[in-house]
Amino acid sequence: MKKTAIFGALTIAGLAAGAAAAGTLDDVKARGKLNCGVTTGLVGFAAPDANGKWEGFDVAVCRAVAAAVLGDGDAVEFVPTTGKTRFTALASGEIDVLARNTTWTFSRDVDLKFNFIGVNYYDGQGFMVPKALGVSSAKDLDGATVCIQTGTTTELNLADFFRTNNINYEPVPIETNAEAQQQYLAGACDVYTTDASGLAATRATFETPGDHILLPEIISKEPLGPLVRHGDDEWGDVVAWTLYALIAAEELGVTSANVAEIGTSTNNPEIKRLLGTEGTLGEMMGVDADWAAKAIAVGGNYGEIFAKNIGEETPIGLARGLNAQWTNGGLIYAPPFR
Amino acid sequence: MSDTHAESIRFVRETTLPQAEPPVAERGIYKWGRENLFATPGNALLTLIALYVIYVVLSAVLPWLLNGVWNASSLSECREILAGETGGCFAVLVDRWQQLLFGFKYPSAEYWRPALAFVLFFVAAAPVLFFDLPRKMLAFTALFPFLAYWLIWGGPVLVPVVALVGFVVGYLAYAKLVTRSFAGGFFGGIAAAAVTWIIGGFIVDWLSGPSSLLRAVPSRDLGGYMLNFMLGVTCVSLSVPFGIALALGRQSSMPLIKWVSVVFIEFIRGVPLITLLFVASVMLAYFFPPDSNVDLFLRVVIMITMFSSAYIAEVIRGGLAALPKGQYEAADSLGLDYAQAMRLIILPQALKISIPGIVNIAVGLFKDTTLVSVISMFDLVGMIRGPILASTDWNGVYWELLGFAALLFFVVCYGISQYSQWLERRLATDHR
Repeated sequence: MKKTAIFGALTIAGLAAGAAAAGTLDDVKARGKLNCGVTTGLVGFAAPDANGKWEGFDVAVCRAVAAAVLGDGDAVEFVPTTGKTRFTALASGEIDVLARNTTWTFSRDVDLKFNFIGVNYYDGQGFMVPKALGVSSAKDLDGATVCIQTGTTTELNLADFFRTNNINYEPVPIETNAEAQQQYLAGACDVYTTDASGLAATRATFETPGDHILLPEIISKEPLGPLVRHGDDEWGDVVAWTLYALIAAEELGVTSANVAEIGTSTNNPEIKRLLGTEGTLGEMMGVDADWAAKAIAVGGNYGEIFAKNIGEETPIGLARGLNAQWTNGGLIYAPPFR
Repeated sequence: MSDTHAESIRFVRETTLPQAEPPVAERGIYKWGRENLFATPGNALLTLIALYVIYVVLSAVLPWLLNGVWNASSLSECREILAGETGGCFAVLVDRWQQLLFGFKYPSAEYWRPALAFVLFFVAAAPVLFFDLPRKMLAFTALFPFLAYWLIWGGPVLVPVVALVGFVVGYLAYAKLVTRSFAGGFFGGIAAAAVTWIIGGFIVDWLSGPSSLLRAVPSRDLGGYMLNFMLGVTCVSLSVPFGIALALGRQSSMPLIKWVSVVFIEFIRGVPLITLLFVASVMLAYFFPPDSNVDLFLRVVIMITMFSSAYIAEVIRGGLAALPKGQYEAADSLGLDYAQAMRLIILPQALKISIPGIVNIAVGLFKDTTLVSVISMFDLVGMIRGPILASTDWNGVYWELLGFAALLFFVVCYGISQYSQWLERRLATDHR
């Protein structure tokens, strides 16, 4: 009886705290720091370097949002989260935004009460095989042994793919990516399958990456994006449009090198509106007029961030593919700044 | 000697022969080898197999160890230097040793603070572990937790001072009131300490400006082996007294105390540690308002301490049960009250019996501290699995990093085990 009363009181306290935290934008401004949830470490997407400074593709989103709201890309408190703790950290208000290569799914959006504010990386499940196997398409994999992480959506996708193509395979269940790497190299399986970005990152660590190829088939949709809590649309707008600003900047040719002067030198009114030299877009959203300029100045536009962290020049070496601008045949598309 | 037989006997040896060496097969390494390695055909076969296994292991490990690369900035550079030969890439340890030891967020200019606390820890632990040392050193041991807190976390010096004063005031109140009744002394002491802390808290807030002698480091910036060591030391030293209290409570004749102890022990032992850690990190966040988060380090310390004190309580209960009933009766017949009997007669014997069990739990607990990596605290294993293996430079280095972690843990655990064996020999009073 007494315990029930205590838990009830605690729950009410928690709800009251949730209600008090409704204006996330104001909270962040008052705090002077953005609390951003990231992974505990994923090659190319988020990891601290030798000096403890966080770097990566997801980290760049956090820094851009911090720059847009607070004017400083370093005013971020990075909260490392695991696959298990990420959603509670966001729901409990410990973090303001979660940028942790999280797949946008129906149940996460609707049932868990989060808002995915866009997609910053279109991923999909792929296959890696040794070149010596002499296979050029996943449809040639009849009878192959496949290393697969148990309990993930990749397992189900794999079964579906092989069944629709009416070919057989033998699964080798493994627990973690590290284990998969060792098993695959030791020859316990012919094929390793997981998200294509993960495959590329894994292959980059091999002693002889050239001996392994990624097959062209991508058999599932894994749109990865940042997310915020349900019910605070002002804050969701800020995060979403910061991401769109980075994407639009690439389309419009605004880079970290020219962002300081292009706002005044250009004749393109959309660039002027984006960078705040014309119009009142920033004011509508409750941030400074040059919010987008600050966000772009931190790490560059979407294309620069991609190239620096996971692009073809890096050891991970991911091609733009689906993540090219829509003008180049990709899916990356920002609504107009008007 | 007469010369009677001088003519009849040709030769008389007048000195003893010098001692000849034993035959080759009966001395030195031959004898030892024959007796120990090749005594029977079966033994000879086993020896040869063992030699072969040792050869295989060493021929794989030694080149890897001796040919290792210590100077490179990434795994690919390591591989270039090795150019296909066998060799470890120990450069990752050189590059990231600070992160392995202190975590990636502890400010590097302040590394001397935890290092100093680590050295002082041995000074503080010495009089507790080796009771031949002068008892006056215990004064430093009592001060050490507050000093170590200030060194590692920094911030205003008044915080640990107020904490210390609270304990002193609490003890004084206890000493004054306990002459009348134990319960009065106990609760009076707690109340006095709490009042001191509340008043002290206001004074600290009022006095301490933004600047302080040592820069404040928040708990979430702690990491690496430092975090394992701090958790291990704090939880072991807290859980032994709690364990004793629980073990005595479980034997108590007062039903309330007995049932509280039984329920606590059985519940905590029936729940996996990892569940308790998830509760500490995830569930508690729902119950507190977002801004007034109770420190995660403190939450984890509480959970691990609860866990290990339940186990230690059971070990000590075993020690208590092993004592003959005559010991309890002897204490009673001397006219000792409960506290005196326990302190002077029962516990010294029971604890001596329990040493191996307690050490076993301490070693296990120390290794269990690596479980905090699943709740995204960056202890040694968390640092390896997370930031270091996820960096583009070092993704793919497994043996070197995990071997280093194993070495660090082995040193400490082996040290604890050697100490406990010494302690058992030192305390051996029976005549076996």
